[in-house]
Amino acid sequence: MEGLLQGVQGFMYPNEIELQWSLLIVLYRFITGLVAGAFILASLERVFNVQAVKPTYRLALLTALAFLLVAPLPLQLHLGHPGRSFEMYLTPHTASAMAMFGFVYLWYLMAVLVLEIWLDYRRDIVLMWRESRGWRRRIYGALALWSDNISDEALRFDDRLGRLLTIIGIPSAFLLHGYVGFIFGSVKANPWWSTPLMPIVFLFSAIVSGIALVMLVYMAAAWFRDRRIDMACVDTIARYLMYAFIIDFSLEMLDLVHRVYEADESFKTLDFMVRTRLYTSQVLVQIILGTLAPIALLAATQVFKLGAAVRTRLYLVAGVLTLVGIFAMRWNVVIGGQLFSKSFLGYTTYKIGFATREGLLPAIVLMLLPFAILWILVKLLPPWRPDHARPG
Amino acid sequence: MNTTRREFLGRSGCLLVLSASAASAWEAILAGRPEAAESYSTAAHWWGMCIDIGKCIGCGNCVRACKQENDVPLDPTFFRTWVERYHVVPDDLERPLVDSPNGGYDGFPERYQRDDGSKNFFVPKICNHCAASPCVQVCPVGATFDSPDGVVLVDKTYCLGCRYCIQACPYGCRFIDPRSRTVDKCTLCYHRITKGQTTACCEACPTGARRLADFKDPKDPVHAFLRDHPVHVLKPQMATHSKVYYNALDGSVR
Repeated sequence: MEGLLQGVQGFMYPNEIELQWSLLIVLYRFITGLVAGAFILASLERVFNVQAVKPTYRLALLTALAFLLVAPLPLQLHLGHPGRSFEMYLTPHTASAMAMFGFVYLWYLMAVLVLEIWLDYRRDIVLMWRESRGWRRRIYGALALWSDNISDEALRFDDRLGRLLTIIGIPSAFLLHGYVGFIFGSVKANPWWSTPLMPIVFLFSAIVSGIALVMLVYMAAAWFRDRRIDMACVDTIARYLMYAFIIDFSLEMLDLVHRVYEADESFKTLDFMVRTRLYTSQVLVQIILGTLAPIALLAATQVFKLGAAVRTRLYLVAGVLTLVGIFAMRWNVVIGGQLFSKSFLGYTTYKIGFATREGLLPAIVLMLLPFAILWILVKLLPPWRPDHARPG
Repeated sequence: MNTTRREFLGRSGCLLVLSASAASAWEAILAGRPEAAESYSTAAHWWGMCIDIGKCIGCGNCVRACKQENDVPLDPTFFRTWVERYHVVPDDLERPLVDSPNGGYDGFPERYQRDDGSKNFFVPKICNHCAASPCVQVCPVGATFDSPDGVVLVDKTYCLGCRYCIQACPYGCRFIDPRSRTVDKCTLCYHRITKGQTTACCEACPTGARRLADFKDPKDPVHAFLRDHPVHVLKPQMATHSKVYYNALDGSVR
């Protein structure tokens, strides 16, 4: 308690001294962003028929699923009474921006992502069901819902329905992350959050982080499997990454310029915070290291004629920096928004525990968990079996 | 078993609808009726508070009385009501020096000289029981609600502990009680005012700086108070329809 008070500079309302939303909320926003971004990349191939990114289509869907399954966990861990969270489904308070999360999440998970993956994999699942023995046979049988109809007609139907789902899925992915942005952007009491740009900035940063993640996962998978990276594929993904990043950065700069020029009552307080307590995470990590550097690297691959090996390395570095930058952005929004007093007269400090309920250790575990799930999903539903390609 | 897909879907649909309705009915039965004194009618009251800044001496009686009456944790980061001390150089309203050691629980040690040309005063703070509360708006399950008589209350058996309401309150009036892991705030001593008593903080105030107000009671002195004094609410730009009115609120107060 003494430590908390020592971390205060100026005046905070007494109830504000302790931060309410922790690292886990940062993680929740980061993870939902990765889901939305990965899904949108997958949709590119399906809806807009971008053939070059085809090798990542299924991998992107599985990545989105792995992260989506983990997305509610940091929230649950954060709640004072996780057991009561189900009340959000039974008695949602319709005026609350947060109340709809459960429904948006379930819609996205069950109606869009799981169904789309299932339809896309159904032929493979049935074939693996027929080929496998023992417990694997049971798993694939269950996954096929014990229906082995893979006639041409049935597969054509799957494909049509899958395409329709993707078309519904894109606005759903936009909804999922735009909505997460709205939860913050609609808090009028907090000038650091309260901006109508918040949902759209979050959406674009989500697309950026999701594309970077899928690109890295694809490169890592190629390395693990000792296969050559399809350069046409990663070149295209990297180009999309750069475009999305430029839009995202422009939106953030618009927000910044607007704040600086308008200079409302909160400006001096927020400006001082960015120059002091948030300087490292906002200016150095988010903007310079996590935004300008990767954009410069990606731009270099466009401007100069570089060999495949150099490009691969540049994409790798740019991808990692992008994820670091977007994570820093989530941190700066969530944590930064609680470091200053709503009286605009002071600042507090965020201290992370290690092996506490909302500490660093659970955060690391939650960040690794989607990769473990992805590994299982990839083992179960290999995204790269060429003999099981989709018809037509 | 011969069940067609149509029958199966039909039956599962019925089962789902029936169990959902049964669950909601059971919820309603379990929720019961709101607690209130027998003779008390919520429709006859509309509660708020008047605070006379000129009368507050920063003794901290209200803070102590509140913590005792409502079993508020004694830590210096949990308060249903607290008192702030303002030290303002008259031509610099933008940068007042504010402190609230332990929320004013122990009173205020002398800090500023009396004749240095500055303004010095105390500002008691409490939930504003806003008529358009952002905290009520954002609660995902409706655990925070407006009572019909204008008090913002929390159902602690229903609160998830998500803390969205704490983020939404512009005045910093809410906290998580570490014992129940649910949100806590001023109830305007609802257990007292529904029995015809005043709040613990008002009762403990030696100078009458805080007064409970019933806006629906035509005989309540609040009407004269609002008519005769230059009153204001905190952060009017937040448009929360605050029902805590301050007399002689200085422009430097946040």
